[in-house]
Amino acid sequence: MTTSTFVRYELIRNLRNRRFFVFTIGFPLALYVLIAAPNRHEESLAGSGIPAPLYFMVGLAALGTMNAVVGGGARIAFERVSGWTRQLRLTPLRPRAYLGTKVAAGYLSASLTIIALYAAGILLGVHLSAGRWLEMTGLLLIGLLPFAALGIVLGHLLGVEAVGPTIGGLSGLLGFLGGVWFPLGQGAMRDVAEALPSFWLVQASHVSLGGQGWSATGWLVVAAWTVVLSVLAAYSYRRDTARA
Amino acid sequence: MDKAHVVELDGLEKSFATPKGPVAAVRGIDLTVRAGEIVAMLGPNGAGKSTTIDMLLGLTRPDKGAVRVLGGDPTEATSAGSVGVMLQMGSLLRDVSVRELLTMMASLYPAPLAVDEVLQLVGIEAIAERRTQKLSGGEAQRARFALALVSNPELLVLDEPTVAMDVESRHAFWATMREFAARGTTVLFATHQLEDADSNADRAVLIAEGRIVADGPTNELKTMVGRRTIRATLADVPLAELMLPGVECADRHGDTVILSSSDTDRALRSLLATFPQAHGIELTDAGLEQAFLALTRRNGR
Repeated sequence: MTTSTFVRYELIRNLRNRRFFVFTIGFPLALYVLIAAPNRHEESLAGSGIPAPLYFMVGLAALGTMNAVVGGGARIAFERVSGWTRQLRLTPLRPRAYLGTKVAAGYLSASLTIIALYAAGILLGVHLSAGRWLEMTGLLLIGLLPFAALGIVLGHLLGVEAVGPTIGGLSGLLGFLGGVWFPLGQGAMRDVAEALPSFWLVQASHVSLGGQGWSATGWLVVAAWTVVLSVLAAYSYRRDTARA
Repeated sequence: MDKAHVVELDGLEKSFATPKGPVAAVRGIDLTVRAGEIVAMLGPNGAGKSTTIDMLLGLTRPDKGAVRVLGGDPTEATSAGSVGVMLQMGSLLRDVSVRELLTMMASLYPAPLAVDEVLQLVGIEAIAERRTQKLSGGEAQRARFALALVSNPELLVLDEPTVAMDVESRHAFWATMREFAARGTTVLFATHQLEDADSNADRAVLIAEGRIVADGPTNELKTMVGRRTIRATLADVPLAELMLPGVECADRHGDTVILSSSDTDRALRSLLATFPQAHGIELTDAGLEQAFLALTRRNGR
């Protein structure tokens, strides 16, 4: 038995779902072009040393991919309510593998977001060495881990009506605090932001400055959130299946 | 352990907590289903059929008693992909076509049927390319039936499968079920309609108030529940004296006595012979629910 067919159709379902597609690809791509195109000759956005097209490319990729992996997991809420997860419990698909298909499909959707934004970025003059592209992509994919766990937590905790508004509000807030729209200066807000994983997603564009993309703090914050949210995901999932 | 016993339920009991205190849904069910049988669980709504099915599938843990499916734990049987299930509630996954959904499900099983074969068997080739959210109630029900069959299960469990269907789809549904069962699949289905059980099962298990009140071949079903009721006005006669030859159950509402019987000719003769003052006599077919109540009482509750 293999779950690859299952994952493939999960991805297709994600792309067919209009709202999912708009929030993970359409919206970030359109906003990127709107914001970055007028500033495409800005070589150092707000003195950060990062060219505007690169900065916003990664910022909006962070927003779209965040929506993709959180939204992928949160769709569990709909499948719980409709009785679909109950049906799946009667098949050889193990619950862990079910969660795995959601994460895998979320990541595949996120990859499409990244590809779309990279393509737009290149058109707007983003230029990096192959090594830097890879490094940056690696950081984005690692930085999404806590969000994949968050999606599973929300999928088990939230009612169907709460899923949309929660994800919308959360991605708006995390996007803002992460510096999607402009680099954050110094101060209290920056200190709070640095403790959140979304900040480090956006910081993946720092690879263009040479050296490590993330500081030790960055790795620590992402690792800590991944562990905490994974534990919560395991707990919320177990509580949900033990209800019988 | 006899592998020929596909399902073995032994002393199952289950209560649910409610604001008014615990309510016993299942009060002691023993049932053995042998390989190749088609068994109907027949009972009124709220009799405990769905709870029994949930325990049989390992979705709910019994308070007491044991469940064995295909010789092992029910979750082992479902994990192995040996059980096809159509639950009463449950919608389909959205944003995929019927064919894609069947392909997804088939990919989870070790030895599934071909998707085209299932589409044809259930007679839903015409809606194969339609998205699941665009199906009518009856079409969705048939698609769910196809999902239960695609794994090519050894045991098929159907909980009130024809509830949302019109008469025509119901006939088609049962015809498909019998065709599939003829391959050797064991089938257990729940229904509250006597006719469904009568024309589609080999054996019927009657459930009322969480217990099995009768169990036998369906050709005996009509006599098990096919009783009639005699109502007559007859004052001041104790219930015990009404248990006349031919009377199986007696009840009283004021001056009206209610006798149920499967041989009403005999019961009427003995009633009039013993109590010539009885008058206003009516004869009615007992409904299924009434018959169930009578059976429950006869079984000494």
